[in-house]
Amino acid sequence: MDALMLARLQFAANISFHILFPTISIALGWLLLFFRWRWLKTRQGRDAALARGWLDAYRFWTKVFALTFALGVVSGITMSFQFGTNWPGFMERVGNIAGPLLGYEVLTAFFLEAGFLGVMLFGHGKVSERVHLMSTFFVAFGTTLSAFWILALNSWMQTPAGYEIRDGAYHVKSWVEVIFNPSFPYRFTHMVLASALTCAFLLTGLSAWQLLRGVAQRSAPRVLRVGITLAALLVPLQIFVGDMHGLNTLHHQPAKIAAMEGVWETGRGVPLLLFAIPDAATRSNHFEIAVPRLASLILTHELDGEIKGLNSFGDAHPPPLPLFFAFRVMVGVGLLMLATSWLGWWLGRRAGWQARALPRALLWLFAGMTFSGWVATLAGWYVTEIGRQPFIVYGLVRTADVVSKVPSAMVGTTLLLYVALYLALIVAYVTVLKYMAGKPEEVLAMEEAEQAATPAGAITSPVVPGGAV
Amino acid sequence: MTWMSFDAALPIVFMVLMGLSMLIYVVSDGYDLGVGMLMHRATDAEKDVMVASIGPFWDANETWLVLGVGILLIAFPKAHGLVLGELYLPVALMLVGLTLRGVAFDFRVKAKDTHKRTWDRLFFAGSALASTAQGWMLGRYVSGFGEGWNYPLFAAAIAIALPMAYVLMGAAWLIMKTEGELQAHAVSWARIAWAPMVGGLVLISMATPWVSPTVRERWFALPEIIALLAIPMMTGVSLLAVLALLKSRQVRGPLCWLPFALLVGVFVLGFLGLAYSIYPYVVLDRLTLWQAASSPEALKVILVGVCISVPAIIGYTVFSYRVFRGKAGELTYA
Repeated sequence: MDALMLARLQFAANISFHILFPTISIALGWLLLFFRWRWLKTRQGRDAALARGWLDAYRFWTKVFALTFALGVVSGITMSFQFGTNWPGFMERVGNIAGPLLGYEVLTAFFLEAGFLGVMLFGHGKVSERVHLMSTFFVAFGTTLSAFWILALNSWMQTPAGYEIRDGAYHVKSWVEVIFNPSFPYRFTHMVLASALTCAFLLTGLSAWQLLRGVAQRSAPRVLRVGITLAALLVPLQIFVGDMHGLNTLHHQPAKIAAMEGVWETGRGVPLLLFAIPDAATRSNHFEIAVPRLASLILTHELDGEIKGLNSFGDAHPPPLPLFFAFRVMVGVGLLMLATSWLGWWLGRRAGWQARALPRALLWLFAGMTFSGWVATLAGWYVTEIGRQPFIVYGLVRTADVVSKVPSAMVGTTLLLYVALYLALIVAYVTVLKYMAGKPEEVLAMEEAEQAATPAGAITSPVVPGGAV
Repeated sequence: MTWMSFDAALPIVFMVLMGLSMLIYVVSDGYDLGVGMLMHRATDAEKDVMVASIGPFWDANETWLVLGVGILLIAFPKAHGLVLGELYLPVALMLVGLTLRGVAFDFRVKAKDTHKRTWDRLFFAGSALASTAQGWMLGRYVSGFGEGWNYPLFAAAIAIALPMAYVLMGAAWLIMKTEGELQAHAVSWARIAWAPMVGGLVLISMATPWVSPTVRERWFALPEIIALLAIPMMTGVSLLAVLALLKSRQVRGPLCWLPFALLVGVFVLGFLGLAYSIYPYVVLDRLTLWQAASSPEALKVILVGVCISVPAIIGYTVFSYRVFRGKAGELTYA
């Protein structure tokens, strides 16, 4: 395999591994804030079990957040190095634009981690409720702000704007145009919603698993309801935003749409392919199953709207095969999410959200879909990232021109090393989540032991070293 | 002497910031990694206390590396490509090490008891791998990525010496942050690590001018050499003081913080010596600050963010160390 392909595979492996964790932590931060707020609201009330349930939910999911965040941090460190090891030409050319955006992301992440995560994880009982709630808010806000900067940069690479070229180097003309480039609002909203849905199904899935195992009776029914309700509300919104994002892409990156839909020749009234195998060698599709005119209708909102075909872009278009399938996987999972969340909400409401009255088949269905958000998010990112090829900055800088000159053998060896490590860590992460979900009481007891061992200090009340909390 | 323009001074500002980030990283993650490398010598109960003593800090400590490399990436993009291209393999190994160590923090307490030992071993292995790789990278970087038989030898020497320095830091950290039997163990670990660390330091100080003519000229030029002598002399005095402390009883009493403080001083002195040797290059003999820097416009935009956040980060870090200033307690599982 050539060096370019290896470098791309390696970067793809890292970024795919990395995105799994921020996808969870972006929305989970806000959900933790919600749980915390519900607890503060209910703890004065008559229903002690209700309040306790919200607190249990908060404490259990904080542990999940900590684990997820740690994996995000370590894989994020890898990312910051791989810009240089794999794409040295990227920063050399567009560093004046990409640098500050990345810089603000690092500073934001740093601010958040150094500032508030420690208090959120270790400060329970050591700071006042108000300070703790504020810390949780800033953690949630910080992860979202990190996503803002990264998606601004990624969107700029897809739809560059606000720049000028002086003496062969890219310079910023307008920061507002660079950050709020044409695809940014759509991509950012799409990703934040993707994160919310990934979390919604993670909450629902693990809670369903807990109900099946008969553990966490106080918190699991509540978390399940939050997850299903959130999903039922947000899936339709996500479909709407996804459609707008698609229209935006058609306008700015028509080659990407042509590859997603397997359209080779420019035409009007283009059919929607439910299935096909696009073949880049023969420049045609095999085994087409098509619905007449539907692609034109969806993309242009007109029955005989024109869609540009891949053949009109010369060689400057992405490979259609991975895009075609990744797009269908994303949409397929999305539709499945719509069906299950509405079904779940309807059945849940009918059962009065009582754990025992919920059909076990439904719980198994949700447990099976625990990580469905990961599948859809990864598939979506493959569509948008492979869809930008052969460019690293769309229409301006080709990926092949910025790749490093490190020998293929070394890239290949390290690729295997990374992939083995990442696969092992994903297995470990999922196994530990399952283990934690099955024994929530132990997880909560562990927190107390951990707190007791944390070096003592005094924010509000001094804690005796080695003493029990 | 004429003052340089603000635009020309910007790369120096960022070089100082990058150097400061790297120094804070090496010192702060240095003791984390050192504690990690001492794990295999400790009992299971001690391991829990050792991890608890660095638990609230390691995350932020590691982020200084991201900030340092981030500044290299955004302020000196040309150097970022060159340096990381040269260090491709050790960077990959270091990242694998840091990843293993980082996830082991969380997994070891959340996994089943039967898996805890595996994560503890990975905690040790990750710490050792990351430290060794960092030593090798430092060795290659200081010598300007030179070719020839003596350069890899030099890098290999630092790849052994730096982990030793980390172990000593880690032991000193434990002396400061723990009590009882573990503290006594930490004193004996520190005594064992002292000689190899000092030996390595002496060897490296002699080898550096040998592998790099640029450094040789810098070091042995008159009259600067007289002022420069302060660095090795202060380093020597500090290290001897550490040894004396380790042999005294005071180290387990009110002076438990002193070995750690002195070792931080040694790292700062070493850093100053290194900075003096290399300036104004980013990559020795190949790329100066100004050749590698981004445009002044881009640097100014980043500087605004830096001016807001870095003081806040430093302020918080001080606050956090104050909050978690006491001794780490025993883990008592209910």
